[in-house]
Amino acid sequence: MVSILQEKTSSPTGEEVQRRSGASLFANRHLSGWLMAAPLAIVLLIFLVLPIVMIVVVSFWRATEFSILPAFVFENYEFLFGSEVTYRVFFNTLKYAAITWAFTLLIGFTVAYFLAFHVRSLIWQVALFLLCTIPFWTSNIIRMISWIPFLGRNGLANQTLISWGLIDEPLDWLLFSDFSVILAFVHLYTLFMVVPIFNTMMRIDRSLIEAAYDAGATGWQTLWNVIIPLTKPGIMIGTIFVVTLVMGDFITVRFMSGSQSANVGRLISNDIALLQYPSASATAVILLVTVLMIIGILLRFVDIRKEL
Amino acid sequence: MTKPLGISRRSMLKGTAAGVAASTIGAPTIWAQNIKDVTLRQFGTGVSNLNEVAKKVKEDLGFTLEMTALDSDAVTQRAATQPKSFDIADIEYWICKKVWPTGNLQAMDTSKIKNYDKIVGIFKSGKLTPESVIAQGTAPHSVGFVEGANGTTFSDTETGWMTLIPTIYNADTLGIRPDLIGRSISSWTELLNPEFKGKASILDISSIGIMDAAMVCEAMGEVQYGDKGNMTREEIDKTMAIFTEAKKNGQFRAFWKTFDESVNLMASGEVVIQSMWSPAITAVRSQGIPCVYQPLAEGYRSWGGGIGLSANLSGLELEAAYEYINWYLDGWVGGFLMRQGYYSAVPETSKNYMSEDEWGFWFEGKPAQGDITNPFGTVMEKAGAVRDGGSFYDRMGAVACWNAVMDENQYMVRKWNEFIAA
Repeated sequence: MVSILQEKTSSPTGEEVQRRSGASLFANRHLSGWLMAAPLAIVLLIFLVLPIVMIVVVSFWRATEFSILPAFVFENYEFLFGSEVTYRVFFNTLKYAAITWAFTLLIGFTVAYFLAFHVRSLIWQVALFLLCTIPFWTSNIIRMISWIPFLGRNGLANQTLISWGLIDEPLDWLLFSDFSVILAFVHLYTLFMVVPIFNTMMRIDRSLIEAAYDAGATGWQTLWNVIIPLTKPGIMIGTIFVVTLVMGDFITVRFMSGSQSANVGRLISNDIALLQYPSASATAVILLVTVLMIIGILLRFVDIRKEL
Repeated sequence: MTKPLGISRRSMLKGTAAGVAASTIGAPTIWAQNIKDVTLRQFGTGVSNLNEVAKKVKEDLGFTLEMTALDSDAVTQRAATQPKSFDIADIEYWICKKVWPTGNLQAMDTSKIKNYDKIVGIFKSGKLTPESVIAQGTAPHSVGFVEGANGTTFSDTETGWMTLIPTIYNADTLGIRPDLIGRSISSWTELLNPEFKGKASILDISSIGIMDAAMVCEAMGEVQYGDKGNMTREEIDKTMAIFTEAKKNGQFRAFWKTFDESVNLMASGEVVIQSMWSPAITAVRSQGIPCVYQPLAEGYRSWGGGIGLSANLSGLELEAAYEYINWYLDGWVGGFLMRQGYYSAVPETSKNYMSEDEWGFWFEGKPAQGDITNPFGTVMEKAGAVRDGGSFYDRMGAVACWNAVMDENQYMVRKWNEFIAA
């Protein structure tokens, strides 16, 4: 400690020496900071910013049957906002996102809470946590498609229910319906809620909970007034994951609804398949803006930076 | 580096030996030595882009054929936007109508096509037999010829310059599960029959789906079409209104977009009646599940494909491409495809590559004498079976409409999207 203190007191001169002798480019703190940030900035610029700029630019272009022509017209947006289908599809997309969010949050929070507060040994916590990730060893699409034979008219679910005598006729709404779409979403994305919530819960200082109990709070009061406020950043991160994933999805909706429902992603993929890139770009821009607005609103509730 | 060199030297030697052999037995191929080095890049839809064909080309002709299989949207896109990426385009006739104006393909001199005279009339005059009535839609002959090698406008008559050499075609109809329906089906109207509520399906590929929908609406007497392959906005609106209402009433179990989806829907019993493609029927049946490709009173919706040459082809590559086309029409490929239930553009040459029983079953609509196997050795039908729809002339003679691209295509696509989102 003493030596450190000594160094500290002598440091002004040391720094001065360094600055003078260094006199090189890197001595400038601002410049070196920029240089260190540059590689990531360049990667983001080329692979994120440029493509998005390109999408925005193309959204003002014109399309014919099999080619796209540079132009600056608003016809893609005019058609998009002028069509009743757009509003219906955006509403449908938001509906999927909201319902999926509610279920993943409920399940994700419960699982994380159990792992963080009920499982005492670290080894079990890790083991159970890994158990949650096992489904991720197979592809997303396979996990989704495997629901189809299970939920089908002659599938396992219907056969079981019939053999138990609960129903006489197979339930058609189990598959190719909003139910199956949301079921698949919840199944696919709950882990994205579990991980960040579990992570923030593990950082909660246990003495705070003890203090709450000592102060006479009930279990629910502790949960509501101590744990939930402290896990907000985790909930927010999980929410951002789930909302963006569901809003941007098209394949789950296509398979699980038997192509009978539409969301924004499917509109875009249909346009791309028909070479209508400008129209697809316009839809993508609107989707991007919508998602950014949602995230902007979410971030107003919690300052993730501060809480992390 | 040395290894590939060695291989190429060895194959060069082989090539030369073959060339010498060929010239001694008087084969007409004078470029036998050089042609080994030719590689032709073909792309197209999955139906005819088969590795077996590429292998046989290597064996019979000596040059390399690289195959790329894509879905029809991607095929259109590539033919229209990436002319340098292919030498041979295996596309459908309606795609040809869309792509030809880009100038990415070159017309073929029919005098260089050995079996040109034997090509089925559908692709030349448009008539299968002299009495036939030409069906609606993009009939192959209507986009099959242009004026001259660089012609850009289609000609109604045989000009000697062909846009696509027909390779493969078939007549599509509804597939049904006879065991789950339990009565005879004879009209397209049955697709919207409330009896099959929640058990019907239609394909979600707008350009083909709309035509199946039109077959249904016309059969119901709800809409009269001038040309189902080129509808007016009003006709599109009426058709989609009828189907949207049916969708809202829960008529459809699902829509399908890929071959496998249609097979699964049918095999699992989710759907008992739906638009379907011929090999999908076979795939369901090969699982031991009864499935019929039901001939219907109003006729078939038909499609045809052909190979076109890239405008970039010239010299030796162009000669090789002509050689390939002549080989294609020579019968081996035809037999290979016909034994899967498709038709060849020159059926009589294919006959040489099929057994009498196979020819009788697939082409003449006669009962099978023994087991009918496909080219891969799988048993398709047992003795006694008769092809759904009967003979070639029964099936191709009853075509009501060809797959097409409409003038109002963009409008139609938007309406179709609304239908899906409804």
